[in-house]
Amino acid sequence: MSERVLMKGNEALAEAAIRNGCRHFFGYPITPQTELAAYMSKRMPKIGGTYLQAESEIAAANMVLGAASAGVRAMTSSSSPGISLKTEAISYMCGSDLPCLIVNVQRGGPGLGGIQASQADYWQATKAPGHGDLHILVFAPCSVQEMVDLVGKAFALADQYRMPAMILADGMLGQMMEPVVLCEPGEVQMVEKPWAVTGHGGRRPHNIVNSLFLTPDELERTVKERFERYRKIEKTEALAENYMTDDADYVIVSYGACARIAKSAVLAAREKGVKVGLVRPLTLWPFPKQDLIKAAEHAKEFLCVEMSMGQMVDDVRLAISCSRPVSFFGHTGGIIPTPAEILAEIEKMAGGNA
Amino acid sequence: MSTLRTLIAGFGGQGSLFFGKVISYCGLHDDKNVTNLPSYGPEMRGGTANCSVIISDEEISSPLVLNPDTLVVMNLPSYDKFVGTVAPGGNIILDSTLIDKKVEREDITAYYVPAAELAEKHNLQGLANIILLGKFLAVTGFTSLETVEKTFEKVVPAKKAHLIPKNIEAVKLGMEL
Amino acid sequence: MATVFQRTESLLPVNIYCPGCAHGIITRLVAEVMDELGIAGKTVGIAPVGCAVKAYDAFGCDMIQAPHGRAPAVATGVKRAAPDNVVFTYQGDGDLAAIGTAETVHAATRGENITVIFVNNAIYGMTGGQMAPTSLPGQITQTTPYGRDVAAAGYPVRVCELLSTLDGTTYAERVTVDNVRNVNKAKKAIKKAFQTQIDKKGFSIVEVVSTCPTNWGLTPVKAFGWMRDNMLPYYPLGVYKDKTAEKKGDAAE
Repeated sequence: MSERVLMKGNEALAEAAIRNGCRHFFGYPITPQTELAAYMSKRMPKIGGTYLQAESEIAAANMVLGAASAGVRAMTSSSSPGISLKTEAISYMCGSDLPCLIVNVQRGGPGLGGIQASQADYWQATKAPGHGDLHILVFAPCSVQEMVDLVGKAFALADQYRMPAMILADGMLGQMMEPVVLCEPGEVQMVEKPWAVTGHGGRRPHNIVNSLFLTPDELERTVKERFERYRKIEKTEALAENYMTDDADYVIVSYGACARIAKSAVLAAREKGVKVGLVRPLTLWPFPKQDLIKAAEHAKEFLCVEMSMGQMVDDVRLAISCSRPVSFFGHTGGIIPTPAEILAEIEKMAGGNA
Repeated sequence: MSTLRTLIAGFGGQGSLFFGKVISYCGLHDDKNVTNLPSYGPEMRGGTANCSVIISDEEISSPLVLNPDTLVVMNLPSYDKFVGTVAPGGNIILDSTLIDKKVEREDITAYYVPAAELAEKHNLQGLANIILLGKFLAVTGFTSLETVEKTFEKVVPAKKAHLIPKNIEAVKLGMEL
Repeated sequence: MATVFQRTESLLPVNIYCPGCAHGIITRLVAEVMDELGIAGKTVGIAPVGCAVKAYDAFGCDMIQAPHGRAPAVATGVKRAAPDNVVFTYQGDGDLAAIGTAETVHAATRGENITVIFVNNAIYGMTGGQMAPTSLPGQITQTTPYGRDVAAAGYPVRVCELLSTLDGTTYAERVTVDNVRNVNKAKKAIKKAFQTQIDKKGFSIVEVVSTCPTNWGLTPVKAFGWMRDNMLPYYPLGVYKDKTAEKKGDAAE
């Protein structure tokens, strides 16, 4: 096991990617993810890897498409406005069954929005990361350690299921320093990619990486096959932390950095005798429905806490089939909810019981 | 000490982020849990830069430091902005060369350190922040001097390694005040 | 009976273009060059969006279908990941000189060690004959029904001239395929472009001035006539840049 080191979230993401076999990074500068690209630009030349600053986010994502087609672990990173530009290539990669890693260190939106931490790209990441019928794997770390751990998982599952994976972080996680233990490079298992385009060498028919199916039947068959894979992923790969939910009358649902603050509020509420728990999704797609269904068995009410206008609320309602009220508390980009604010919401929810 | 919640604030360039980095590494070296949340963006460019650090034996949930146990301020705007946030019973350490104010709150303890002036006087130019760090160490006892010395060897870049003795001198000066 | 002409191995037996389209000639030339250089087994081609969108079915090498205009970025990704492979893009004028201008210019300026085959027929073919960035002043298209008015729609882009100004471009030549002599010259240029890449000398582009009988509303023979009369004066044939003798073969990988 490696030693414990202190790292900034953005840099830890980069180092974790390298240790998980990524040697091809294509990026474009944007706050608050720039340290990730800067770290890559420093490390990649020393380990025989590629760091390329592209002319645009569009080009960077398409370079990832090319490198992924050649079978390597490729990645790009950006922040919200830049991710919008990457959605074209993301859709093509979904349609071409290409694995890759995309990091979104979210900032406030819409438009140029702000540069402070936000979670306002939940809808984009989980519902429409590109045009067409598609999903990508979406991971929501809440600490620098978890960012590192989920980078490994994201690459592994992307390769296994042949689809893009996203780390949905935010400016707070990207900028924050925490102690972290990195994996040893030798621990990574790479899968065979017989579909990759690296030249047929006269040994096989030519491989084609393609998302175009002009015959409607063929397109539908391809998409349906892909959705069977998605159904399997939904059954097996959803992840959540259930914190003090066993006896909880009230359940907070929160992810990422925001969930840490919610956790402080849960502790404070417990001290006051309110039975509150926290369900913290680690995967936003697939969404951890089973954890919520289980929590709903005894919880009276749910509260979503997000750094957005409440983009996850409907997913929680759907997961529990609207069997319990689901309310929302949050702020938009840059205003991080405080434990005291969340505690006040919990007390409001618990009414006279608090 | 089980949990130390501190906020270090000043103008960009005064070294508040470096202060935060040093104490964060001390926490790491003492095998504690640490979060270090810096401000970033335009405020870094000539505005105020601040850094929230939590060092704890416990798992740290919220990394926010809204009510620091100990506040370190290096300029007047930061003083004005944050003096009211210090937790009752907490401390404020300020550079009295640059902040010409007396703390009116009676529920917190104030330490006036003429750090900028002392740095000039003791040939420790640019190390006012480290003098304050020495005072911070004396006030909070969050770690040992040995750990701080070990930490400087880690965080000072190799090409500036010759500055390590000066840094340690600055810490000791701050501790003795 | 003696065989005097046959399909080259890297050209697969499919029909992806309109009857009489010069794309067929150009696609065949690229396939012949791959086979003559013996590189088909290690070549990765990038098909664009446009008339050559299904070029992945026509070329026998490994192929990628790229988003519209992004072929040079996709090619960059492939080449950086697999520098021993030969990587080419096969793009039309809308793809290369409109939506993909940034990708084209920056792949060239990086001196990306790839080969670009650029087919310029002054029109969007696949979508049914709209104005292209290379449509001529006054040219009537579906979206310039009164002729391309340069005051409103701007001027055509001369790609070889543009890219020749960039230090990263090693080789740029404009050719056409309207007769045997020109077809042979075009093939020679394409071969040189691939060789430039094999020698690690950087970015190479061959612009092939071509026709669109279907959307121009002309027979294939008359289309070549129109091309000679109207396009070649605006897009003169020739070598626009050739630094292959000077470059050391140290292109970025």
